[in-house]
Amino acid sequence: MRVAIFIFGAVGLALFPLVGGAFYLQLFAKIMVMAVFAMSLDLLAGYTGLVSLGHAAFFGIGAYALYLLTPEYAAANFWLSSLVAMGAAALASLVIGLLVLRASGVYFIMATLAFAQMFFYFATGSKLLGGSDGVSIDLRPDPAILGWTPFDLGNRVQFYYVALAAMLTTYALLRVVLRSLFGHTIQGIRASEQRMRALGYPVFRYRLAAFVLAGALAGLAGYLAAAQFGTVNPEFFGWQMSGTVLMMVILGGIGTLHGPILGAFALTLLQELMSELTKHWLLPMGIFIVLAVLLLPQGIGGLALARRKLQPEPADD
Amino acid sequence: MTEPVLRTEALSKRFGGLSAVSDVAIDLRHGEVHALIGPNGAGKSTLINLLSGAATPTSGSVRFEGREIAGLAFDRVARLGIARSYQRTTVFRDFTAFENCRLAAQARLPSSMRFIRPALSYRALVEAAQRALALVGLQGSADRAASSLSHGEQRQLEIAMTLATEPKVLLLDEPLAGMGAEESRRMVTLIATLAERHAILLVEHDMDAVFSIARRLTVMVNGRVLESGAPEAIRESPAVQEAYLGGAEAAP
Amino acid sequence: MSDGVLFFLIQILNGVQQGLLLFLIASGLTLVFGIMGIINLAHGSFYMMGAYLAFSLTELTGNLWLAILLGIPLSVAVGLALEFLLFARLYRRDHLYQVLLTYGLILIMEELRSLLFGDDVHGVAKPVFLDFSIPLTETLAYPIYRLFMSAVCLLIALMLALVIRRTRLGMTIRAGAVNREMVSVLGIDVGLVYRVVFAGGVALAAFAGMIAAPVASVYPGMGNQILIVSFVVVVIGGIGSIKGAFLGSLLIGLGETFGQVYAPAISGMTVYMLMAAVLLWRPTGLFGHS
Repeated sequence: MRVAIFIFGAVGLALFPLVGGAFYLQLFAKIMVMAVFAMSLDLLAGYTGLVSLGHAAFFGIGAYALYLLTPEYAAANFWLSSLVAMGAAALASLVIGLLVLRASGVYFIMATLAFAQMFFYFATGSKLLGGSDGVSIDLRPDPAILGWTPFDLGNRVQFYYVALAAMLTTYALLRVVLRSLFGHTIQGIRASEQRMRALGYPVFRYRLAAFVLAGALAGLAGYLAAAQFGTVNPEFFGWQMSGTVLMMVILGGIGTLHGPILGAFALTLLQELMSELTKHWLLPMGIFIVLAVLLLPQGIGGLALARRKLQPEPADD
Repeated sequence: MTEPVLRTEALSKRFGGLSAVSDVAIDLRHGEVHALIGPNGAGKSTLINLLSGAATPTSGSVRFEGREIAGLAFDRVARLGIARSYQRTTVFRDFTAFENCRLAAQARLPSSMRFIRPALSYRALVEAAQRALALVGLQGSADRAASSLSHGEQRQLEIAMTLATEPKVLLLDEPLAGMGAEESRRMVTLIATLAERHAILLVEHDMDAVFSIARRLTVMVNGRVLESGAPEAIRESPAVQEAYLGGAEAAP
Repeated sequence: MSDGVLFFLIQILNGVQQGLLLFLIASGLTLVFGIMGIINLAHGSFYMMGAYLAFSLTELTGNLWLAILLGIPLSVAVGLALEFLLFARLYRRDHLYQVLLTYGLILIMEELRSLLFGDDVHGVAKPVFLDFSIPLTETLAYPIYRLFMSAVCLLIALMLALVIRRTRLGMTIRAGAVNREMVSVLGIDVGLVYRVVFAGGVALAAFAGMIAAPVASVYPGMGNQILIVSFVVVVIGGIGSIKGAFLGSLLIGLGETFGQVYAPAISGMTVYMLMAAVLLWRPTGLFGHS
């Protein structure tokens, strides 16, 4: 059943450029990049049980990495620079993880927020990174391999497909990981850290690994976001960014992996709709969120908690 | 007599001014059930904590297969082959019985940092989980969520989880707690069977159960060992009778 | 005294003042979390609310004192209303949902602010008799209003310490910070305690906003900045600990001030480096309970 919906959705999105106009192509591409970001946070919050309010830190690192890796009058190599960007995000999450994972519960939440802010202030105050105005990336990364250019990121339709591919790949990758020994381990840790420890699992290192994996994927999302619009600014590190992506995960359905995708679409489209209506659209948005929490404990993806039962994955669903 | 698998010497644990466990010497041998009895507050749970690495002794030693393990981290002790069950059921409520055992079996692997191969393709773990479930009689409920099992079944699952790790030592903390007559009988038979291949410490209040399967008995009162020896000798001992067996067993 | 030393002493005064102000805000945050188990992201918005109340009520009455006098009961009323409507439903919820709901609350409060007061930056005049500086040398003078702020915050801190340590309410609060379930089991009207603590926290934050307004000015987004710093204070000091909040606030206040003056390049980051250091040493804060 799940596979059927997945295929249906993927095909639908693949065909969308045939009907969608330029504005919506760009919007949907942005949404799919955010979906990668949101899925990475779901791995952390939904499956490992680590609620991070500072996940934007790694998103921003991926974005600024593209800027730093782009030579002055040329384009960066897409394959190389994206890997380096992810690596930088992974490294940062390793270092930060070593610090924040010593804290638990609320301390962890607050510490993650604070570290993201640290990056924010660093970027705001840094001349190298363009300060509070940010920087622009003149030439999109170039995916040329041995002279052949498979796609052009400056082209809206082609970027759309790159974003779609990234989203689908991330989804598939995370499904595989969640089924692996590691995946079962982190879900066990989320269910009961104490019991896992009693069983003999060294809990810290698995949490750290999840943190790093999530950070790397967030870095990829940031890289793509920077590549799409060609601008990066400190807001990429901002707590609003962290808050928005967390909202997508929770409202879409935490711990489901497809929930974040739904959440990314729903929230962004809602945002677009509401900002058409009023300059103060954050007000109905805020009210919507408050009501959603009070009335809908499990998000749009629905039955989020129930679905987290771990059964032997059947061949079909 | 076989060498003790797990033995303590002059083991003590103080919490500030309070002595929870004082100067306890106890040992567990392969193939037998060593029961630990005593009134509430005698220090039995603390002793189990000390043996399993959940607490660090204030003084004294704990030796597993000759090696000193006092002070080792909880998870290291578990990996060495000492498994404990809990008074309060701490199974993973949202997971199936099978997954509970499979996760427990997986803990024995040197590392779970594997990201690609599906966990279920590790046949050894799957089989160990199935064996553990079968040993306690839960194979029919393998695919049911732990939370949907009856209390007695959850206690059985607790035991199954300890078995799935294929330990050498089983520390059973009141496994019969809250069970009806039929369930208790099943559990007692199970423990007796398990004793054949493990060294078992059984903390229990149910005296019938204790006397039916324990090869040795240790009585603890106020953190100290009052007496230790064969069940019959303990039963006859006037000191023990006065201190403990005189009244009805104190159900928690 | 040489200018350099004097300058240094002035920074200490500034740092202490900053820290004391931060204490008012952080204490509410740490108590609400410690007693009620609720992580409230919107706490910074109460600070902002206080500042805007100070601005508008001073415009109205022409007098900062009157503004404060009117503003406090208003803030308490808002606090009680929010507790009744929203926070009372958050007690047993996962932190995740508390974070989400209070995030939504931030958005609501920011937009209400925008609707009611607009998006401009405003200033609030210092009360006339406090609007002068003590001359220290030919070039340096210290504004008396800052000393006043420090004094008031210190007074409140002492009163808070008194209530916490000497009254039954305080005892309940301290017990609740360590073990919430125990307090309700003991038959104490937990709901009442919660309401008092929450409203108190709101009032403290709002009051801080009010007295800081003449110095810090009144602008959009001011709540969020202070919120994050307050979080750092709570992490450093330990959840539920007033003592920790006090020490943490002073540490941060001094750290920020000295950072800005002597190491401006990394000034924004000193706060977080301090937090990283504490996390390495004591993951539950200086006085937190694990």
